[in-house]
Amino acid sequence: MSESEPIERLVGLLAKLPGLGRRSARRAVLRMLMQPEALMLPLAAALREAAEAVRPCAVCGNLDTRSPCAICRDPRRERGVICVVEGVADLWALERAQVHRGLYHVLGGTLSALGGVGPEDLAIRPLLARVAEDGAEEVILALPATVDGATTAHYLTDRLRPTGVRVTRLAQGVPVGGALDVLDEGTLAAAVKARRPA
Amino acid sequence: MEWRAPAIVLGARPFGEGGAVVTLLTEEHGRHAGLVRGGFSRTQRAVWQPGNLVEARWVARLAEQLGALSGELIHPAAALALDDPLALALLASACAVAEGALPEREPHPRAFRGLLALIGRLGEGAATALPDYVRWEVELLAELGYGLDLTRCAATGTTEDLVWVSPRTGRAVCAAAGAPYAERLLPLPAFLLGQGPSGPGDWLAGLRLTGHFLGKDAYGHHHRPLPAARGLLLDRVAALTASATGPAAPASAGSTR
Repeated sequence: MSESEPIERLVGLLAKLPGLGRRSARRAVLRMLMQPEALMLPLAAALREAAEAVRPCAVCGNLDTRSPCAICRDPRRERGVICVVEGVADLWALERAQVHRGLYHVLGGTLSALGGVGPEDLAIRPLLARVAEDGAEEVILALPATVDGATTAHYLTDRLRPTGVRVTRLAQGVPVGGALDVLDEGTLAAAVKARRPA
Repeated sequence: MEWRAPAIVLGARPFGEGGAVVTLLTEEHGRHAGLVRGGFSRTQRAVWQPGNLVEARWVARLAEQLGALSGELIHPAAALALDDPLALALLASACAVAEGALPEREPHPRAFRGLLALIGRLGEGAATALPDYVRWEVELLAELGYGLDLTRCAATGTTEDLVWVSPRTGRAVCAAAGAPYAERLLPLPAFLLGQGPSGPGDWLAGLRLTGHFLGKDAYGHHHRPLPAARGLLLDRVAALTASATGPAAPASAGSTR
């Protein structure tokens, strides 16, 4: 093993993470090597701890150290409202915004003809079972405003219809703080189509 | 190497962190792929949605390279169809079928113009868009060399009362000649002969007809199944048919494979 091999291995591993190329990874490694006690060893311990403890929630698919996760266990949550999201990152985004006080359901992707993702590849059956067993009152489809996201939303709406649950979708249109002249044509078209009485 | 042309986005696959390998359909260059840097980024993702019409620019050092694509949105067909399940299913199916059936870098201007017209009429409702879609698939089959012969009966030569299509030859069969083999023949909806108005049952029959030949010839020769998006469209039309006439056979279990 050459002297620099552990460093190169670390750089290579870090460079696989989103947002980091080899150059950024090298800078991060250098910074850690300058302060191994303060940065590197705590990071290694935190990585090990997270890798061993964090697992998907058996109910909603969120990542947590316990299953069911903290959100599913929280008695203050509205248990009759389930927000369906594509991935855990979307769940975290909604939690940061503190706009949803109900429960979640992580689908694990969206239907994709090109990517070969079918209904059986997503957590759709557990969602239907949850809605039927828990007697949910509303399912909010917080899926991406893309062809795949909308196809998934329509598919879920059809599948949920027999259960009688109220199904809603997020609105599309002008973002807060968004000037019209910088919006893309697709967003503008969706906004005009979804206009409402003032 | 460089070209600029109006193009329909057929699909985009993520490449690296924010990039996308986008497949387009153009009139002059046929189905053509290219790398879009930042194509899956927050700012560009809306442009590269299937069905959108873009003004595309492709650049490469050599003709056989993948090359780099860039483009500007001309018509946001995907955004306009997002709220309408049937229009969205139709758009997704058309793009997936074109993506899978057309050979790469081989011009098929009729397929392009047909798809362009179809996208332009998506907002006019199912009664217009679905017969157009089925006609476009018939045209696509013809473009690929698997054209159906719906002009006269394969058995008697008559041009009257054509109600079936032979699943083997793709030729029309009249009611009298086809009666003994009715169970093995595919129903030929009258709107494909330019006769009269059509309803959900006719659209479903049309989709099953074209689906059979797409599955057998265009996709079958490559040992590939029809795209899942087409199955979803078929299910939607089957549901329409069921609500209009009562329960129908499961669409995906039909002759479309």
